[in-house]
Amino acid sequence: MRVPYSSARSVPRSRSSHPLVGLIGPAVIVAIWAGVSALGLFPDSLFPNPSSVARGLAIEAASGRLLKDVLASIFRVGAGFLLAVAIGVPVGLLLGQSRLASAALLPLVNFFRNLSPLAWIPFAILWLGIGDPPAIFLIVMAAVFPVMLSTAAAVAGIPSVYFRVARDLGIGGVRLLTEVTLPAIAPQVITTLRVTAGLAWLVVVAAEMIAGRDGLGFAVWDARNGLRIDLLAAVMVVIGLIGVGLDRLLVQLTRIPSVRWGYER
Amino acid sequence: MMSADAPLLHFAQVSHAFGAVPVIADLELAVQPGEFVAIVGPSGCGKTTILNLCSGWLTPTDGAVHRRGRSRTVFQHDGLFPWLTVGENVRLGLQHVAEPAARTERAKTWLGLVDLAAFESHYPHQLSGGMRQRCELVRALAGETDLLLMDEPFSSLDYLTRLRLRGELARLLREQPRTVVLVTHDIEEAAQLADRVVVLSERPARVREVVRIDAPRPRDLTQPAVVTAVHHILTALGLEQDEPAESAAASSGHPPRS
Repeated sequence: MRVPYSSARSVPRSRSSHPLVGLIGPAVIVAIWAGVSALGLFPDSLFPNPSSVARGLAIEAASGRLLKDVLASIFRVGAGFLLAVAIGVPVGLLLGQSRLASAALLPLVNFFRNLSPLAWIPFAILWLGIGDPPAIFLIVMAAVFPVMLSTAAAVAGIPSVYFRVARDLGIGGVRLLTEVTLPAIAPQVITTLRVTAGLAWLVVVAAEMIAGRDGLGFAVWDARNGLRIDLLAAVMVVIGLIGVGLDRLLVQLTRIPSVRWGYER
Repeated sequence: MMSADAPLLHFAQVSHAFGAVPVIADLELAVQPGEFVAIVGPSGCGKTTILNLCSGWLTPTDGAVHRRGRSRTVFQHDGLFPWLTVGENVRLGLQHVAEPAARTERAKTWLGLVDLAAFESHYPHQLSGGMRQRCELVRALAGETDLLLMDEPFSSLDYLTRLRLRGELARLLREQPRTVVLVTHDIEEAAQLADRVVVLSERPARVREVVRIDAPRPRDLTQPAVVTAVHHILTALGLEQDEPAESAAASSGHPPRS
């Protein structure tokens, strides 16, 4: 009874495996890829081999163009994502706390959530032209509604005992928001942020393919137009890797001691 | 038992209903300063509603609840803020202490009283259920409030832990006397801890009987006064015959009285 849960109980199983184990899958895929291209079953113009992709990647990286595209895409996702959080979390707090607000706004939010953000592309270009603004707009349209709904659900799900304890302890007003509501929803909101950041990363590629002059999505489209399938594959690898990196970054939020309770019980 | 002071808590002909469902009917109850009152009754009879009326979380539909001073509630479980450490939770209970250093010092002392000093920087989910309830108890006591309200505080614990915490509560109350209203379905708990046990009827709750236990606190569970009180409470609830258990066993064959 005096012994706290052993740490082994709360740490995920995967933590015990070697970090390099995760590279087995990619290594197998690259090996199969190299094997298939070596067989020459498909023409080189349709199926790039790993070495030409690696070479293309190296040339793009050396020219500085790849870095420029990566930074352009990351900036758009960063801006769009932060904007979506800045709008989505407060509105979600309102929806979760006020029955009237949720009755009035929920149908609208659900409508937009189920409207593919890609359908906005023509309007985004008509209204905002080409470049950062339409991409950021599309990311916001993709991310803001899931953030809203998940925040609202998290707020509505806060056990009422916390508010009663807060009342007992004389915590009210702004302190109730900052010391009870926000910490109580933090674990759930962090999980949503991870999902939504992934969504934003998907959308930025599509947005840049159509409404961009730079960025990784534009690089995909440019490689396709130039029939450079080696570059096409190279950019795809980069997009995937950065997506994984983005999630790894956001996973760090779950390591904050004051949110661990949301993941360990 | 009655003190010269006015009661700390007074239910004046209180009735309460949720919509059309009457939960409490004409409850008249006064709790004197320093008194420990337990409220027992069949499940769903409105015990928790009474406690919510005590704390002011609910306002009665009829009648009035008069309360002097501040109150704190100890909940059944999960009343601690999971995002704060044990120490931070207890410090929240010490907000009346202006000096942060003094507050930390007091929190340490309180945690020491329930053997949790070593767990000050642990989070609640890292502790056992019994440790969490001890921490919550201490957070409530640390507030130096006049009235301590307890909503089945030990019911989510295993039997032995429950007995241990009961003892610990009695000991803490001897050192730090408080006026307590305890809502419980654990009749032994009520008989062992309280000066007065209010036995409620089925919903809508009315006072069926008040059992007074004059033996000084803390008491042992098997002390005659406690055993007698348990018998009285069970009888009031219609769960035991209104005669000593020995004679009931001796006169087997007789139909039980209702």
